Amino acid sequence: MNGVHDMGGMDGFGKVEVEKNEPPFHERWEGRVLALQRALGYAGAWHIDDSRYAQETLPPQQYLGASYYRRWMLGMQSNLLARGYVGADEIEAGRSLRQGKKLPRKLTLDLVPGSLVRSSFFRQQQGPAKFKPGDRVRTINIHPQTHTRLPRYARDKVGTVEMIHGCHAYPDSVATNRGDDPQWLYTVVFDGREIWGPDCDPTLKVSIDAFEPYLDPA
Amino acid sequence: MADHKHDHEHGSELSETELRVRALETILTEKGYVDPKALDAIVEAYETKIGPRNGAMVIARAWTDPAFKQALLKDATAAVATLGHVSPVGDHLVAVENTPQRHNMIVCTLCSCYPWEVLGLPPVWYKSAPYRSRAVKDPRGVLSDFGMTLPKDTEIRVWDSTAETRFIVLPMRPKGTEGWSEERLADLVTRDSMIGTGFAKQPSEVRS
Repeated sequence: MNGVHDMGGMDGFGKVEVEKNEPPFHERWEGRVLALQRALGYAGAWHIDDSRYAQETLPPQQYLGASYYRRWMLGMQSNLLARGYVGADEIEAGRSLRQGKKLPRKLTLDLVPGSLVRSSFFRQQQGPAKFKPGDRVRTINIHPQTHTRLPRYARDKVGTVEMIHGCHAYPDSVATNRGDDPQWLYTVVFDGREIWGPDCDPTLKVSIDAFEPYLDPA
Repeated sequence: MADHKHDHEHGSELSETELRVRALETILTEKGYVDPKALDAIVEAYETKIGPRNGAMVIARAWTDPAFKQALLKDATAAVATLGHVSPVGDHLVAVENTPQRHNMIVCTLCSCYPWEVLGLPPVWYKSAPYRSRAVKDPRGVLSDFGMTLPKDTEIRVWDSTAETRFIVLPMRPKGTEGWSEERLADLVTRDSMIGTGFAKQPSEVRS
């Protein structure tokens, strides 16, 4: 979806401000949100792209106004409600009012060390890769209302395939409940001027990681 | 849009968030979805164990061991798994090498994807709108916010982390560090140098 989360190339947000000696968390609740998200992910409550999509669908003012972990909390809450894990009355009451749904797994203390290693997104390939490094490709021009990982600035642009990363779960399908729908994943590099026009810094090259459905031969 | 400042300026929002998070944790615990002891352990791991030192040790090894460097650039996940002193990382880590001809920089314009296992939690600036919006269009401007200038003819390569691949920059080894141990070299490797918004420290910047 063409939301405010898709920020690449937007102007007006100002300078990057760096905080010296930044702590891992600024408030205790931030750590709790991170841990809750991790535990629910481990439990199989939803996929990583469902978390992203829930945040993308926040109203733009809310998305821009909320801190990173507050956005996580808002996205988590909306996924909990939408998937029936928690009722709105329970959020209101601040406690559980009925038995929960079954989740595939539960993250207990002994399982934490193993859970901190990222899970793999490799999936069984469904066919041969259409492209190889060096191939010229054009990204498709899409504007879906739903989740996609093809950023707006990189649509309908010609670039070169640089790497193949194997077959991965396809976010556009995962976030719309169409399963993993495995797709080949490539790093595609663009000349800065192809994206930003002739005034662009001639030394700039930008790459995205693009799933095969995002690409046509050029 | 420095996010947490916003929270500090609006105390009521902060306490409201805090209350909501507490309520969520209570509900999810009562329902049996989460175990508070496991949550404590996750928080503790990110506060004490998982940080940029992991990445720095990987870089220091690459600076001293050409075969490891080659393996790292080929398949970073597999290469890190061969290091006994660094925790293994999950799939899809990609290391990209800075050279005098090319400078690499990492961003995630769509959310805030970041190589947590080797760099720890991302700093607020990495997740902020100014960085996410400008890194792909005006990276030299962003670098100047970090006090960093590159030669005019150096190629700048920005890697937008739009999938589950995660990137780490292999910064250039500073001059005057011949014969240094991996441990000492790791002290030169900053978090920002592994994102591409900084250089590794010079020997004069660390106590010998």
